[in-house]
Amino acid sequence: MRVKVISRSTDEFTRERSQDLQRVFRNFDPSLRTQEKAVEYVRALNAAKLDKIFARPFIGAMDGHVDAVSCMAKNPSYLKGIFSGSMDGDIRLWDIASRRTVCQFPGHQGAVKGLTASTDGRVLVSCGADCTVRLWNVPIATLEESADPPGENSTEPVAVYVRQNAFRAVDHQWDGELFATGGAQVDVWNHNRSQPVKSFEWGTDSIISVKFNPGEPDILATSASDRSVTIYDLRMSSPVRKVIMMTRTNAIAWNPMEPMNFTAANEDCNCYSYDARKLDESKNVHQDHVSAVLDIDYSPTGREFVTGSYDRTVRIFPYNGGHSREIYHTKRMQRVFCVKFSCDASYIISGSDDTNLRLWKAKASEQLGVVLPREKRKHEYHEAVKNRYKHLPEVKRIVRYRHLPKLIYKAGIQRRIMIDAAKRKEERRKAHSARGTVVTKPLRTRRIIKEVE
Amino acid sequence: MSEELEAKVKRYLRGEGANLEALQDKKLKTQLAIREDLYGKSAKAAAKAEKWLMPSEGGYLEAEGLEKTWRIKQESIAREVDILSARNQHDIILPDLGPYTLDFTSSGRYMAAAGRKGHLALVDMKNLGLIKEVQVRETVRDVVFLHNELFFAAAQKKYPYIYNRDGTELHCLKEHGAVRKLQFLKNHFLLASINKIGQLHYQDVTVGEMVANFRTNLGRSDAMRVNPFNGVVTLGHSSGTVTMWKPTSSAPLVKMLCHHGSISALAFHPNGHLMATSGKDRKIKLWDLRKFETLQTLPGHACSLDFSQKGLLACGNGSFVRVLGNFSDSQTYEKYMTHSIVKGYQINKVLFRPYEDVLGIGHSMGWSSILIPGSGEPNFDSWVANPFETSKQRREKEVKSLLDKLPPETIMLDPSKIGTYKPLTKKEKPTKQEREAKMEEVVAAVKDAPLKKKTKGRSKPSRRAKKKQESIAIAKRPFLEQQMKEDGALSRKKQKISEEVQLPASLQRFATKKKGT
Repeated sequence: MRVKVISRSTDEFTRERSQDLQRVFRNFDPSLRTQEKAVEYVRALNAAKLDKIFARPFIGAMDGHVDAVSCMAKNPSYLKGIFSGSMDGDIRLWDIASRRTVCQFPGHQGAVKGLTASTDGRVLVSCGADCTVRLWNVPIATLEESADPPGENSTEPVAVYVRQNAFRAVDHQWDGELFATGGAQVDVWNHNRSQPVKSFEWGTDSIISVKFNPGEPDILATSASDRSVTIYDLRMSSPVRKVIMMTRTNAIAWNPMEPMNFTAANEDCNCYSYDARKLDESKNVHQDHVSAVLDIDYSPTGREFVTGSYDRTVRIFPYNGGHSREIYHTKRMQRVFCVKFSCDASYIISGSDDTNLRLWKAKASEQLGVVLPREKRKHEYHEAVKNRYKHLPEVKRIVRYRHLPKLIYKAGIQRRIMIDAAKRKEERRKAHSARGTVVTKPLRTRRIIKEVE
Repeated sequence: MSEELEAKVKRYLRGEGANLEALQDKKLKTQLAIREDLYGKSAKAAAKAEKWLMPSEGGYLEAEGLEKTWRIKQESIAREVDILSARNQHDIILPDLGPYTLDFTSSGRYMAAAGRKGHLALVDMKNLGLIKEVQVRETVRDVVFLHNELFFAAAQKKYPYIYNRDGTELHCLKEHGAVRKLQFLKNHFLLASINKIGQLHYQDVTVGEMVANFRTNLGRSDAMRVNPFNGVVTLGHSSGTVTMWKPTSSAPLVKMLCHHGSISALAFHPNGHLMATSGKDRKIKLWDLRKFETLQTLPGHACSLDFSQKGLLACGNGSFVRVLGNFSDSQTYEKYMTHSIVKGYQINKVLFRPYEDVLGIGHSMGWSSILIPGSGEPNFDSWVANPFETSKQRREKEVKSLLDKLPPETIMLDPSKIGTYKPLTKKEKPTKQEREAKMEEVVAAVKDAPLKKKTKGRSKPSRRAKKKQESIAIAKRPFLEQQMKEDGALSRKKQKISEEVQLPASLQRFATKKKGT
């Protein structure tokens, strides 16, 4: 007879000294764990609730400007700093970590309409309603010593270029020496020349926003007040393509990870994502705002973008989704004129009408600071188990809930009613007319009037 | 990939993959396809990791030559096995204190023994040390551990009591009444009890709330067991029926007639699909719970049944225990081992010890423990049940399991239904009779409705009669409209068919949709 019985010797299964770690044995056999799905469901519910408990996205406000903040610029080589310009001509460089002004750049006589930093981050270009473009030197010394007394350092502009018309927007090439301004027409400048190197014009309307492509240094997109979005190529002498929509586009942002796609923030409360090669149909329509969308910025991951709108809210959208995954609002934050996603994809900075810049977390319940590996794994597990069961009613109710200000909630309901009514009327017209006479245009092409070469 | 690896991967996959061909949405299809791929990969990784993660192999008993395994005595096994394991074979004789019943904690380390005459004992099985013994001076019918070794519940003469590890009485559960059998649902922290009058109580031991109590209306039940797979409480009644209960419904989930006599014992296989019942008609039946049919009938009595972690079935009868096992991938259970305790001792309860190759027997003169090679799971998981738990680990585990406590609504026959959608049932059109009946109902309601009495000559009898006729017509209108719509559709259909039939085949191509000449 051959016999063997389970015998476990204590020293194999327990630790030798109290300094050692406890020994852990794993057996992943599903038969040892009963009712796994129910346990996972309970964990998903608890994870959703904990997520909401820890959701405190607002970090702080940066106070200093005297008038509304009209534009912001990121410094590509310095994560901690952000430039902001206000409606009274005041430009400041902020240190985000301490939420203080490092440096001021006084000089503009009117509103500062556009700000941008050069490729190496040493030169700041600003344009304003006083028909000037100013170039400033960004002081490196002050950038490194952030423990300095709140900077009252101010600098003189390196260069001031004056033209005939007011400027509305400015943007610098991601990898080059040229920058472009928008006003009466699109002008392309070199740092050293006081006259623009090139000028583009198509139509007689003013250009509202200008953005260079992150992948191709010679391509830029602009939006004009004739409700069009135009694509220019600097190597050619004339603009390339134009798409005319029903309402004006206030801002454009290129996707840094997919440089052929850009998203346009429109006056009709939606954002439209386009593929620049195929402008006759938008790739995606992002609906959720209840008032005009004023600014848009992509996250460096290219997976989501943040929008600021006239309805006093900041929303974060996924790049391929139709609805926002997050909304930020405060009683004190008025019309949001500009938003920026920080270069490490963790923070959002919004500049609004109430002269404050606000710092928010990109993920509302994220734990900031040093996260231990065990904590990180637990957060990842909670995320995963919540996503697995987020379609079930109890979990969905908690995950989707956001407190909205009453006006926005009511406005959203009204928009919903209007959209449903229009849809119903269209369906009835279709049902009561001969087949084929009434064609419903898909939402992605509905707001486009035409594409022009 | 080898056959064994395939079998292992199948175990870790936990069922079939989803059928993605039926999906229309391309985006969803690709997302789900990626997920299914990931599941396959993780199952493969788990199967491969088994070699490294699970150091111990299970026990076995193989007979050589003409020997049969069921003739092998415990003494011969003890001779072949090491000292530590031989310690697991012992008899504790306590002659005065009545038939003993046992319970083990889920890690198999601690045992609670209760003698009918009031003796409660808590034993640490690792070093065979007595932790605490209490004499409660009342009849004790059953004992069960709560979530860990710190708490156990004893069903005493009038009410069940909950005791601490130090023997301190913590709670007296008056609502339950004179309990015959107790069971603890580990994932839900529910204490289930069946009492003399046939009432089933569920109590949440964390908050002390009585979750449910039902009258079974089926008389006395001698057997009660929890199915570990889905948390369903099963009762065996004196009429031979077995009923399954969940706390959220007052009617049993399942009621099946199992034996011609009263049910004396019940047991569940850990995979939840196999149930063993024994009745006073001297039969032991093995049931498949998915189809609710008998797989096998074995002759013999069993006053107590238990399945081990590896699927061996122990039947205790009189002073004789036999252990049955299904080997060589067959569904049938055959004799594996037998053991007879001292003649005259009556077996009260047989219970396998988790994670060990040991069977505990509670009998009229104390308790014994014998070795059954191959009955226990050799590799334990520290996060599920750890026989070498320190007090710190126990505290952590208690907190974690409280966080994962399942609500009583999650108890159902098929636990994999959680998270799935109910299939949409097509609404059937009511038949003509039903429709007419409905219409009659509505009309009758309207007729009975009182009319408001108006002044200034507005409630003349002629006016009232007219008003009544109008309201009846209004109530009938939706039914008539529905009928007209269907009749219209029907007539159009008939016309279409008749039109198609009129023309001969060669002229079909000249047929137009218009009704004109």
